[in-house]
Amino acid sequence: MVKKNVDRMQIGKAPTGISGLDEITYGGLPAGRPTLVSGGPGSGKTLLGVSFLVNGALEHGEPGVLLTFEENAGELAQDVRSLGYDLDKLVAERKLLVDYVHVDRSEIEETGEYDLEGLFVRLDHAIKQIGARRVMLDTIETLFGGLKDTGILRAELRRLFRWLRDRQITAVVTAERGEQMFTRQGLEEYITDAVISLDHRVHEQISTRRIRVVKYRGSHHGTNEYPFLIDRDGITVLPVTSLLLEHTAPDERISSGLPALDDMLGGQGFYRGSTVLLSGTAGTGKTTLGAHFVDAACRRGEKCLYFLFEESPQQMIRNMRSAGVDVGKWVDKGLLQFHADRPNRHGLETHLLAMHHAVELFDPDVVVMDPITNLLAVGTTMDVRSMLTRVIDFLKSRSTTAMFTSLTSSDHSLERTETLISSLMDTWILVATELEGKHRNRQIYVLKSRGMPHSDDVRSFRFSPGGIEIEGPTRAPIAEPLRRTARAAKPTRVPPGSRGNGGPHSRASARRRK
Amino acid sequence: MPPSDNFELRLYVAGQTPKAVRAFANLRKICEEHLAGRYSIEVIDLVDNPALGRGDQILALPTLVRRLPTPIKKIIGDLSNTERVLVGLDLRPRRVSA
Repeated sequence: MVKKNVDRMQIGKAPTGISGLDEITYGGLPAGRPTLVSGGPGSGKTLLGVSFLVNGALEHGEPGVLLTFEENAGELAQDVRSLGYDLDKLVAERKLLVDYVHVDRSEIEETGEYDLEGLFVRLDHAIKQIGARRVMLDTIETLFGGLKDTGILRAELRRLFRWLRDRQITAVVTAERGEQMFTRQGLEEYITDAVISLDHRVHEQISTRRIRVVKYRGSHHGTNEYPFLIDRDGITVLPVTSLLLEHTAPDERISSGLPALDDMLGGQGFYRGSTVLLSGTAGTGKTTLGAHFVDAACRRGEKCLYFLFEESPQQMIRNMRSAGVDVGKWVDKGLLQFHADRPNRHGLETHLLAMHHAVELFDPDVVVMDPITNLLAVGTTMDVRSMLTRVIDFLKSRSTTAMFTSLTSSDHSLERTETLISSLMDTWILVATELEGKHRNRQIYVLKSRGMPHSDDVRSFRFSPGGIEIEGPTRAPIAEPLRRTARAAKPTRVPPGSRGNGGPHSRASARRRK
Repeated sequence: MPPSDNFELRLYVAGQTPKAVRAFANLRKICEEHLAGRYSIEVIDLVDNPALGRGDQILALPTLVRRLPTPIKKIIGDLSNTERVLVGLDLRPRRVSA
């Protein structure tokens, strides 16, 4: 019994070379066995299979045979081209063999007993020609449209999968999703080694692709649905459930880019690898503060990735230049990279995946997302919070410092969002404006900052030719939005005098007590 | 009434299986009765020539391919139903079913 378990755990794996998929399958598909990949039209089945063949041939020295039953051979060529692989070259190097199987029911008459030995002979011949270790059958269910005797077909398919197993061929068998079953013809009955399901959902005109390992005999596997992305690099799957609070907490401090703000943050700025929420109403200078932060990081020679959900990079660079912060030069030096995307272009999962992908490629020290509130256009508050949790978890695991800006409206509607998101943040900075006669007075306040003694002052700031200038503690009336947010964020009463020198919080509670 | 041109037929098999033997016997009988003097049969054994299956898109075995007269026709199975073989070879009109 024990030995059997040991054997089962030692099942060989054939890596697919698909980023993320090999992680959730703990190494790849079951080696020497068939895997069923089911999904609707356009769900990425063929691309998955072709990636598996191409990566096998290029990276693992395993030649592959692609037996395609699809009527539209052009589609396959297109899918493969989009991966950037030179299929013809692989074929010429005898690392890949493509055989188009064509079945036309209209030209076939059936009389008496037959079997599919012809298919076996063809596949066997193809495998022997190039010494294939991998096979893809795409989509074998097409046979059910070409041949009438489904009894024979079923028996022969069962024999085919056994035949593949006997030859220790690692196979990907694609199938169309059925109404009640994973496949139209119930192929999951015959392929019990591993079943992968692909899904392409469109919700409120926003599409998200998902992958799930339904079954994997003899191996652990991630059981969740994982979002995946199809782009010019092929398929990327994001395993997203590693929500472990295990990341290190560096002691290193980094500047916010503004000495006066650093001063408010215990004199030394943010912790490296921490998360900063910068919230305020429209036009309060959130993006400019972000630009200062990025500018300071680039001056230290660090790399910054700036996600824009509202403006184009060009627009942001121009606006910041006019505000006195030139971030354009860092783009030229390769230290700053922008990643601009309309929130409603994808679902949250896809955004998350794109962010992961961008962070992994650029490997930044600092990340800014501006403004995260725009993501609420494509998901509920809880969805956004869950997505940000994953982003933050990922960034913290890399000790990447992250700043998120949040646009608050002047009424109360976003405060719930703020409060929900703020618990993920190590530092929360509020900016606000207050009309003072004919002058708008800008104010900044550190509402919280974990692990450091921070200032409870509300300070005024103004835009100067060199960017933002923060003044000493203000005597001006506290801006109403700032007072309100502070109140909403800290509902618990604090005994008077326990919180330093009379920040807005203690004023607010003092007022409540009266 | 039947077309006067020559019938060029190919029978694909894989080894001397009972089905293959049966199909060949059935084919000979049908040809002698209906195409005497104007047919030729070429038997292709895919065990010996696996590469040949690709050209005629052979999957099922046995498969009878009518190369001539055109268009190409395929009949799969052991050819035990003479009526259907004749329909498949266009020697009998296809019965139109609703």
